[in-house]
Amino acid sequence: MGNESSWSGSQCLSTLNNFFRKYLFRVLSCGAIPTHIAFIMDGNRRFAKKQNMVEGEGHRAGYKSLISMLNYCYELGVKYITVYAFSIENFKRKPEEVQYLMDLMVEKIDELLREGSIVNQYGMRLYFIGNLKLLSEEVRTAAEKAMKATAHNNRTVLLICVAYTSYDEIVHAVQESCEEKMNNIQAENTSKAGRNSTEQNGSCEKMNGVHPHEIQDCHKREVHGTVILGKNEICCNGFSKLEASEKKNGVIKRAVPGFNGEKWNEVQQSMQSQLSKGTIESGEDGETIQEIKPLLSKGTIESGEDGETIQEIKPLINLVDIEKHMYMAVAPDPDIVIRSSGETRLSNFLLWQTGYSPLYSPAALWPEIGLWHLVGVVLHYQRNYSYLQKKRKQS
Amino acid sequence: MHSLRVPSPSEHLDTLARRPSVNAPAGARARGPYSSFVSSARLGRSFAAATDVAPREGEWELVGAGGLPAGLRRDAMPRHVAVIMDGNARWARRRGLPAAAGHEAGVRSLRELIDLCREWGIGVLTVFAFSSENWVRPKAEVQFLMGLFERVIKMELENFMRDGVKICLIGDSLKLPKSLQKVFVDAEEMTKNNSRLQLIVAVSYSGKHDIVQACKTIAHKVKDGHLELEDISEGLIEQELETSCSEYPCPDLLIRTSGELRLSNFMLWQLAYAELFFVPALWPDFGKAEFMEALLSYQQRQRRYGTRVS
Repeated sequence: MGNESSWSGSQCLSTLNNFFRKYLFRVLSCGAIPTHIAFIMDGNRRFAKKQNMVEGEGHRAGYKSLISMLNYCYELGVKYITVYAFSIENFKRKPEEVQYLMDLMVEKIDELLREGSIVNQYGMRLYFIGNLKLLSEEVRTAAEKAMKATAHNNRTVLLICVAYTSYDEIVHAVQESCEEKMNNIQAENTSKAGRNSTEQNGSCEKMNGVHPHEIQDCHKREVHGTVILGKNEICCNGFSKLEASEKKNGVIKRAVPGFNGEKWNEVQQSMQSQLSKGTIESGEDGETIQEIKPLLSKGTIESGEDGETIQEIKPLINLVDIEKHMYMAVAPDPDIVIRSSGETRLSNFLLWQTGYSPLYSPAALWPEIGLWHLVGVVLHYQRNYSYLQKKRKQS
Repeated sequence: MHSLRVPSPSEHLDTLARRPSVNAPAGARARGPYSSFVSSARLGRSFAAATDVAPREGEWELVGAGGLPAGLRRDAMPRHVAVIMDGNARWARRRGLPAAAGHEAGVRSLRELIDLCREWGIGVLTVFAFSSENWVRPKAEVQFLMGLFERVIKMELENFMRDGVKICLIGDSLKLPKSLQKVFVDAEEMTKNNSRLQLIVAVSYSGKHDIVQACKTIAHKVKDGHLELEDISEGLIEQELETSCSEYPCPDLLIRTSGELRLSNFMLWQLAYAELFFVPALWPDFGKAEFMEALLSYQQRQRRYGTRVS
């Protein structure tokens, strides 16, 4: 009898809690609700130590906390949640701890895919974000299976960063961008070779006056003596029969493919004009151009269509290319980043995506994080919403 | 410590420039006010009332001539401190002054910070003076700022030479007025051999653009056959960032004033493992006491870089 009454009492309390929480969320929904919240789940081990638990139990408690937080966020109306589950740097931890975490991950992925789980409750699509090749085959297979199984879901999204760092994400994006562009160039050159076989032959050696100077048109094998573009160097595409190291006025010569005697004088006059304006300066010997920082700071330069003027070369890759190949391109930038345990640093998490996202650092350890932490953060976000949006639009 | 003066049309600014201490509770772990944001049940931003709180004179006393103040450990000082100097305009608005007055007051805070960094053995100080997004501000304010940068650098050059401060500019300098570009170039050249403190000034700077320009450079190296795709690495990108002008390109500590809790596109790559310290005080009110608090907080933090410290 006592058990029954205590059971019905706790059930009653739970019902009241749910009712109160729904009412609270309804009130919060009168203001702006963040579309995307990112969590750095820090403090599991410290929680275990605090509670005199075995270290691994701290991570299990952290998982329970994650499920609670996901429930709260999705109920509130947040669509995207990203969690920092395992950094590439975490591989440096003790092998036993790493193995425990990997086993826990496989176990929990399996749980998430079961009937009645939170995934089905909220129509959740799962993404595993990171360098999955660094994971063992078992974990990678489980992750890929979960992504495939939830690919049709579209109500909410959970992005789990595992084997992830922002540095790795950016390096990967650059590699992918370069590979894509190189493939495009090759394809373009192949088709051009088909169209203009006579012109294409030794195009970089055919240097009489006007010369095609788009660097993207020069395939790697056709370029002779190309100077690498660095901070204070000029990139040239193709050369006349002049050697790269030959200089009358070293840098300038290299900057003007299609050089010939008549044009040199005109170029020299142009350079003198720029010298007087202060956009370039001469070196100590009075001849060589020591630095053309202002011209170079935009990127590469090239000779224009008339073979004389120096113009800007289209960059091989740009911001859009890099963003397209980011692992996190599947979601908008986070509106909020929350790091538990009071630490105030990003630890190589979403560096690219959080330039304008406020970072909140509640002191609670991750297994201690709860509803009121979320409510406090959302209220603060709502209070500053219009200002944050204004700053984002300016970016 | 030399006395530095900005010639300003409003001389009364000197009397208005007060830097009250942030009210850190006695005995509390100095971690910055936002670290216990929710647990203290204090919602919303709390601003230091700039003119309400009297400065606490003598609160931080030096231990011996030229030594560190009590509580700070020399072996745990950050090598590189970065600062987002936010709040000048708000500071001026609260006093019914034009934004220009706030920026002038901000210069004083910067001077004090440079002196403190130099005295306390910090090797690199990076300051976010003007973001690439700041170009959308009113033209008059932008012009004033450009003029202010030029004036201050010219005036301080002699002090930089005397104090061993090396100045470096990062950012899209092409957008700056030609005269300011020249001032920076001359200052960099004059101070290039100084070694006591490197002062990196970020003007017309964007963290994303910094990464993109590094990636563009690398992409061209790949295209030109000087690099393989597989050779693209984190180290390579870091070498091509604008902060490669420094021996310590990555800040250990970032301080942002005015209560904002974000990076605002500042040194996104370089701040990956930096300790972030958000201060409610507006930049013109940031002084020795606030810097002490930031350093104390930094020294108390456990930096793990993703590994486990037992």
